[in-house]
Amino acid sequence: MLKTERPPLDLVVVGAGVVGAACAYYAARAGLAVAVVDRGPVAGGTTGAGEGNLLVSDKEPGPELDLALLSTRLWRELAEDLGGDLGAAVEYEPKGGVVVASTAAGQEALRAFAAGQRAVGVVAEEVPGERLRELEPHLAPGLAGGFHYPQDAQVQPALAAAHLLRAARRMGAELITGETVTAVDRGPDGAVRGVRTDRRRLAAPAVVNAAGTWGGELAALAGVHLPVMPRRGFVLVTEPLPRVVRHKVYAADYVANVASGSAGLETSAVIEGTPGGPVLIGASRERVGFDRTLSQEVLRRLAVQAAELFPVLAEVAVMRVYRGFRPYLPDHLPAIGADPRVAGLYHACGHEGAGIGLAPATGLLISEQLTGKQPEQDLTPFRADRFPAG
Amino acid sequence: MPTSPSEAHDSSAFDLAVVGAGPAGLAAAVTAADLGLRCVLLDGGPSTGGQYYRHPAPGLGAARPDRLHHHWSAYTGLAERLAAHEGAGRAAFRGGHQVWALERTGDGFAVHVTRGPESTDRATVRARSVLLATGAYERQLPFPGWTLPGVVTAGGAQAMLKAGLVLPGRRIVVAGSGPLLLAAASSLVTAGAEVPAVVEATAYLGYARRPGVLASVPGKLVEGAGHGGALLRHGVRLRPRSAVVEAHGTDRVTGVTVARLDADWRPVPGTERRIDCDALAVGHGLLPQIDLATELGARTRTGPDGAVALEVDARLRTSVPGLWSAGETNGVGGADLALAEGELAAHAVAGALPTAPLLRRRARLRAFAELMAAAHRPGPGWTGWLRPDTDVCRCEEVPVSAVREAVDELGAGDPRTVKLLTRAGMGWCQGRMCGPAVACLAGSVVASGPDRRPLGCPVPLSQLAAGPSAEFDDRP
Repeated sequence: MLKTERPPLDLVVVGAGVVGAACAYYAARAGLAVAVVDRGPVAGGTTGAGEGNLLVSDKEPGPELDLALLSTRLWRELAEDLGGDLGAAVEYEPKGGVVVASTAAGQEALRAFAAGQRAVGVVAEEVPGERLRELEPHLAPGLAGGFHYPQDAQVQPALAAAHLLRAARRMGAELITGETVTAVDRGPDGAVRGVRTDRRRLAAPAVVNAAGTWGGELAALAGVHLPVMPRRGFVLVTEPLPRVVRHKVYAADYVANVASGSAGLETSAVIEGTPGGPVLIGASRERVGFDRTLSQEVLRRLAVQAAELFPVLAEVAVMRVYRGFRPYLPDHLPAIGADPRVAGLYHACGHEGAGIGLAPATGLLISEQLTGKQPEQDLTPFRADRFPAG
Repeated sequence: MPTSPSEAHDSSAFDLAVVGAGPAGLAAAVTAADLGLRCVLLDGGPSTGGQYYRHPAPGLGAARPDRLHHHWSAYTGLAERLAAHEGAGRAAFRGGHQVWALERTGDGFAVHVTRGPESTDRATVRARSVLLATGAYERQLPFPGWTLPGVVTAGGAQAMLKAGLVLPGRRIVVAGSGPLLLAAASSLVTAGAEVPAVVEATAYLGYARRPGVLASVPGKLVEGAGHGGALLRHGVRLRPRSAVVEAHGTDRVTGVTVARLDADWRPVPGTERRIDCDALAVGHGLLPQIDLATELGARTRTGPDGAVALEVDARLRTSVPGLWSAGETNGVGGADLALAEGELAAHAVAGALPTAPLLRRRARLRAFAELMAAAHRPGPGWTGWLRPDTDVCRCEEVPVSAVREAVDELGAGDPRTVKLLTRAGMGWCQGRMCGPAVACLAGSVVASGPDRRPLGCPVPLSQLAAGPSAEFDDRP
């Protein structure tokens, strides 16, 4: 039996990952009645497999960097505002990032990249090779240099999603897990009227698609084309260690890989410590659909690169490996905001590897649209109808 | 030169790699070699035998390891046959080989192995088929005080005895559930310990429902009677329908509180009594060790004891082509069943017909195993003996209250999310110890399936960096 929910909802958010959680949080804060529905548990998809990067350092000037700068500010506010202890609860660490170059040419490329970023508000400090070890004592000797990005930060992604949702629930939002959305209801005028799950109907004049890697399927239920596809990644987790890595540290070619359109395997290790002790070694990228097979070549490359940057890591044990599927769109920008094709349908997906970082800005901008305000950032580059129908 | 393992058509691979040299693996390797397969037997330990036929450490001068073992002659018989096959080049045993991943290749498997801490301690064993005989590990259910020194697992107590000829204490309470308790208590009293009580959570009545199955396994009755006799002679008190609900002590356990349980394993208030002891051996049955197979997507089933085991067909094939499984990995059932399944699986791999008596023996023992499993399934009420500050995950020191907060406040509906939100299960044991307890406390919003662990054990980063290159290949 389908039953209609009491009291009337303003909004259904589909997806209880970090992006859906941020959407629910900002919508509830704006006074909207929100329900969040997910077929799995909280943070059960890509969020639970992420490293928790809040990076500005890897983004070139443009709409995504603007989004990242807004998010950087919002994460700081969230960590400070929400009851004071939220920052600790989600393991928020404004630790900064260090990008290193092994050659003079690499350093020169970083310098040019940083110059463009500085023009739009990114703080980037050049670090000569001989001073890198003041920032990171265990870095390999002989690196040409690098850049320090103090705005880069980190959260524990699953905790971030869970605590944002908890805060939203305290403001009245409802969380429904373990129910799959089977239909998006639309009225005779074509406008969204809510969703149906395998157990109930949730009537609402607005639906936010925060289904991450599965956002294309949700869009299809609403009758629109959105080509979200998976880009597989593996992260290695070491045994707990004393603080051997202080910042988020990665090699210059990471930036090229993030922006790359290649389907093949790309790796560039991003290395960071965690409050719990383990060091995370992340960031392989390959397009292989939803294939979960452990790749020996990925393990090898990540391990080689980690040991090249931090030779001390060669001696440690890798305890586990986790994997996930980043949701990407063909131009590597997310889909954010109202869908011009269907009244009441909003998208908040396709953030690829940056969803944890970009979640608050996404949630805030959508809540501004929902409440009839002018979003503080232009959402045109993120429009969902920018892709020709497949 | 092939550029990846999957491109190598490999005529020099082993016909069969057997992972685990306990009863199932040993029987499988010997039988496979009998049937003409080129077979390699891998184990993390230094010698064959596994947990069941555990050897005293060399240098202890143990003259009679057989006194601590049932069926020691079955083991020595297999070991001699294996030695003969090794001498003839038909089989190879590789001790100290810890398998951390199975990788499917074009015509078989690459078995990835770590042999120690150095980068050169990597090995890759190439085989056309793999037989998983990785056994089981102990199911732990936490209770207040369970992390005190002097509290050991029931299997751990037996292992200490078999490998080191040492006792965990002088006055040892044995508690939990399952046939291992009687075996452990019997070994402990035989070795000179005082066992004031064996505390079993069930009523032992589960077997009675299917007397036909029990009667068809006379060996099991004899073995049970043997344990019972030893316990009787030493005046050990059996306390069914009871549990240790708390261990006391500061630096070390000095006593336990035992309470009666109702049919759901909920402690009955007012029935608590204290027993002094200097050690506690506790275990709640065994859980199949199946990570290597589930990582390849092998189908599983939940047994009558609530434990997840591999789903196999009548010839012990898993759902992964070329991967077979024998013994505890198919559902815990003891050494006799493991021996039978090892032999049966080897026949199937070799394409040989097993004898009718072997098929019947295996069927009978498997039916008995299912019965035992049903009898000792933990009841849901055991969480009644937990307190908010009881550590669920001892590696990461995560208390019950944190797990409950994750479930009630943070929306965790399954064990994986509890792990992400609390770190329970992220430590050295990777959730093998706390997994069942976390699963109980989490309930399950979604069917989460078995835990998938890409690495079967910790692997030195230097070995991952070395990659699966040909220099580490192990071929016949």
